[in-house]
Amino acid sequence: MRKDELMRVYFQMRLARGFETRVAEQYMKGRIGGFCHLYSGEEAVAVGALWHLRKDDYVIGSYRDHAYYILRGGDPRKAMAELFGHSDGCCKGKGGSMHLFDWGINFLGGYAIVAGMCPIAVGLGAAIRAKKEDRIVLCFFGDGATNQGVYHEALNMASLYRLPIVWVCENNQYAIGTSVPRSSAQESLARKAKTAYALPVDVVDGMDFFKMQSVAERAIQRAREGKGPSFIEAKCYRYRGHSMSDPATYRDAKEVEFWKQRDPIPRMKAAIQHDFDVPDAEFEEVDRQVQKILDEAVAFAEAGQELPTARLYEDLYVE
Amino acid sequence: MPKLSYRDAINQALREEMARDEKVIVFGEDVALYEGSFKVTRGLLKEFGEARVFDTPISEAAIVGMATGAAMGGLRPVPELMTVNFAFVAMDQILNHLALMRYMFGGQVTLPVTIRMPGGGGHQLGSQHSHSLEVHFVHTPGLKVVYPATPADAKALLKASIRDDNPVIFLEHEGLYNFEGEVPDGLDAGVLGQALVRREGTDVSLIAYGAMTHVALGAAEQLAKEGISAEVVDLRTLRPWDKDTVTTSVATTHRAVVIEDCPPVCGIAAEVATGIYDIVFDELDAPVERVSGADLPLPYARELEQACIPHAPDVVTAARRAMSR
Repeated sequence: MRKDELMRVYFQMRLARGFETRVAEQYMKGRIGGFCHLYSGEEAVAVGALWHLRKDDYVIGSYRDHAYYILRGGDPRKAMAELFGHSDGCCKGKGGSMHLFDWGINFLGGYAIVAGMCPIAVGLGAAIRAKKEDRIVLCFFGDGATNQGVYHEALNMASLYRLPIVWVCENNQYAIGTSVPRSSAQESLARKAKTAYALPVDVVDGMDFFKMQSVAERAIQRAREGKGPSFIEAKCYRYRGHSMSDPATYRDAKEVEFWKQRDPIPRMKAAIQHDFDVPDAEFEEVDRQVQKILDEAVAFAEAGQELPTARLYEDLYVE
Repeated sequence: MPKLSYRDAINQALREEMARDEKVIVFGEDVALYEGSFKVTRGLLKEFGEARVFDTPISEAAIVGMATGAAMGGLRPVPELMTVNFAFVAMDQILNHLALMRYMFGGQVTLPVTIRMPGGGGHQLGSQHSHSLEVHFVHTPGLKVVYPATPADAKALLKASIRDDNPVIFLEHEGLYNFEGEVPDGLDAGVLGQALVRREGTDVSLIAYGAMTHVALGAAEQLAKEGISAEVVDLRTLRPWDKDTVTTSVATTHRAVVIEDCPPVCGIAAEVATGIYDIVFDELDAPVERVSGADLPLPYARELEQACIPHAPDVVTAARRAMSR
């Protein structure tokens, strides 16, 4: 990959990480309420998965969705405003952190039910097929989702109908406080998908952008060529708890430290400097750009306000 | 005027809407090759092909989710759940996704999904196959719920439901599939949210829907012999239900009996009765009577099961009670 491409990867990961850091700050100040799930640590999964997508491909995923939205090209101001519940948020403040959505970037939602978006991805694939388009659907979900009934229904149907879907399982190894060995009889989530649903599968180091994008590229191509769905199990780690309310006492400090050593952002910087001999100052410039974007996002959100209650009943039905 | 069965009227509506709009697709368990467990989708696969009419595995949650996603992707899906009883498996997708996604995403999605479901008891199918689930859908903001009583309405309202850009739960009563009624040639889409006065009367309003509309009409005949003039109002749409037509009727008759085949607790009759009290309380000469299905899972034994479902004599008794106040 070229230097400018890799610097863009670095920028994207910094932006995603930085956004989550700002969100945590704002949450602690009481500006963001409810459940708030941060993606910190998993950036390489999303950046890698999305890297080879076209603008017209559909992306759908879980409630840990701030990074999906931003990395798909969403405006961080509209995302922050949505988290603040304001009317100029991407969903007019009616969705909140877990339910970002924006047709303009073909990000079709964050969903709270862990595998609830999986059959919706099947439907999107069916529509693509019916309209004879060659776009694809990329669907993100976590390790916990692989035990819900509807996950199995959806994977089966997608394989049966050979739909253009890439299933990306973000295996950060915990569903809130329940680890994969404590919840999945078949600990290999890839094998679970492969045997039951006849899926081509890849298990990949989700902390490694290069590996992630390579595996995703193949899966996306397969879908686009009409060869049906694929499954990627991205082994990764969330540095924070499940949500802002979770102190994550179920993980020991040594384990967290092990995964922090594999932080995708310093790894990317090291890789770029190794291949292209880029000075630190250039990275610092990118970091400054990121902070400026985030400053603007927070300022935008702070300046907004909620929809008036007179508008409460809008958008329930198409009139 | 030609007569069609309720089943054939629905089939005709599907056929016409599929011919009219290539985005309409039909899918569900055994709807294509087998032509439907109740034969409602007979001939559709042959006419429209397997790209638009296809069978699914037994996966009700994914059937609904797929419809939701397909609608987002620009299609107009008309999935079938083989019976309303299997909707329980899909409830998260219906109530926690399809119904609320438009609102949750600030109006960014339009979900023109019509889910067809046959339901109702009375054929010794056992508790798990005999539910009337309308209440669960009517209770849910974001859905529309339709329940036709006649073949003409089945056709006109299914056409309207399919053309509606909102999620619609289209309920059919299994006991009505063979029921024949007049269906005008070229009958076009009806209007959702409109009740219909099927029989005019002056002494008591009998308000019903689905199979219970026929029970109400039977009761009205009996009441006429006793000198009681009953007006029969067929709700046709349960959400939103037509408060104007219902309360105008009650304002005229001053007495109301609401008939539902679902159990009474928080039922359709409870909702309609409350609406009547809210809007025309001063017109009432008696409390609103409710004639409901039994507050039970339905038993298998024939007589026991029939005792759980409203019949004309039950409605007559309730009407007399209203008249006696």
